[in-house]
Amino acid sequence: MFVSGEVGSAIRLTLLLASITTIVLLLISTPLAWWLARSRRPWKEAIATVVALPLVLPPTVLGFYLLLALGPNGPGGWVAGFFGRRSLAFTFIGLVIGSVFYSMPFVVQPIRNAFEAIGERPLEVAATLRANPWDTFWSVAMPLARPGLITGAVLGFAHTVGEFGVVLMIGGNIPGQTKVLSIAIYDYVESSEWSQAHILSAGMLVFSFAVILSVTLLEKRLRRPAA
Amino acid sequence: MWYLAAVVVLASCGRQTEQVVHVAVAANCTEAAKEIARIFEQQEGTRAVLSFGSTGQLFTQITQDAPFEVFLAADQETPRKAVTAGFGLTDSVFTYAVGKVVLFSTTLDFTNGEAVLREGTFEKIAIANPSTAPYGAAAMEIMKSLALNAHLARKIVQGNNITQTFQFVETGNAELGFVASSQVLGRDPKSVWIVPQPLYSPIRQDAVLLKKGSENKAALAFISFLKSPDTIKIIERYGYVGTP
Repeated sequence: MFVSGEVGSAIRLTLLLASITTIVLLLISTPLAWWLARSRRPWKEAIATVVALPLVLPPTVLGFYLLLALGPNGPGGWVAGFFGRRSLAFTFIGLVIGSVFYSMPFVVQPIRNAFEAIGERPLEVAATLRANPWDTFWSVAMPLARPGLITGAVLGFAHTVGEFGVVLMIGGNIPGQTKVLSIAIYDYVESSEWSQAHILSAGMLVFSFAVILSVTLLEKRLRRPAA
Repeated sequence: MWYLAAVVVLASCGRQTEQVVHVAVAANCTEAAKEIARIFEQQEGTRAVLSFGSTGQLFTQITQDAPFEVFLAADQETPRKAVTAGFGLTDSVFTYAVGKVVLFSTTLDFTNGEAVLREGTFEKIAIANPSTAPYGAAAMEIMKSLALNAHLARKIVQGNNITQTFQFVETGNAELGFVASSQVLGRDPKSVWIVPQPLYSPIRQDAVLLKKGSENKAALAFISFLKSPDTIKIIERYGYVGTP
């Protein structure tokens, strides 16, 4: 298949962004989902709602706030100052930050469901066998929640690959740094270079089909022994 | 209840028969077009519904049957392309404004704009996407004329259209950017460098009557209003050169 430098760099960048975002998301979402599943605090659902907001909010809302937050007058600009820069907008790190917020509900939700599905029983049994909470978490809860973790990772990855609105608002369309696949497709369509747009769009269609199908099959296979 | 139903039906009928013209407007002309539409409605009693975007983006939409009747582009090439592709009326193309490119910043002093550009001690410079926005193409042309294109390439960030480019600078995410003079009216002159004309070819912005509007009296009225002295006055007030 013909892949020009620009297309190739958009694909590489997108895969890198999605991979890093997924890793960051797993690190944040797993403890968060555990807390949401186990805590008895009445206001935990408020936190869960905040995490779920990007499901409903237009990406423009997120993009607008991120643009201000990443800029020289926001916390992002403050952080950027340590690297001798003014703003995290138009940077790869800025995109990772945006993607983490944007894709978080897709990762937290399945993991939380998986943790909740375990129920009290296995954890109590582990406790009677003198496993401390840390042990219990790693050797009981995590293996049992594996299907949820995998689903969350795949969905988080796929959703980041499909991200568009937020990147359009905070990316600045820089080849190799912020020009991801969805933006490249948009660019090709808007400038009437439809053959390129066709190649990339068809690729995305196949990719998305494969992701959703594999998540469904995976969940089926992983659930069967437990059932 | 009957009364309410009658009101609803009447109101919806009213909306359908109301004279409206749908205009696709290149983003650089946003403010001027709003003003033109306001005066147009005052004088003619006809509403102009404006849709904004980059010239290339609007053209793509027009080729896909967008409901636009008049197209105010930011170049001459695109309206011509619309005519060749069979979406615009051949004799209807005319230049409604000539735009100027400026370099704008909220933090830098442009008393000597060219020197600031040459020193290049900034992190990011914003331009509009050159493949869809004529003002972006002009920005590239300017940097090329100054032989700075290779030097600045790594600092360029692209807005999806000239309005987003302006917003990148306005929010401070980029220190400076090439925008349209119509966007920096009333700004501190030190924050604006009016790029001298030999550095880029004048941005002649053409309008075209689209086939969808050829039967619509409102569209024809809007086109002739665009050529009126009233409009030219507005165009000039917004920092363009008018073309009588």
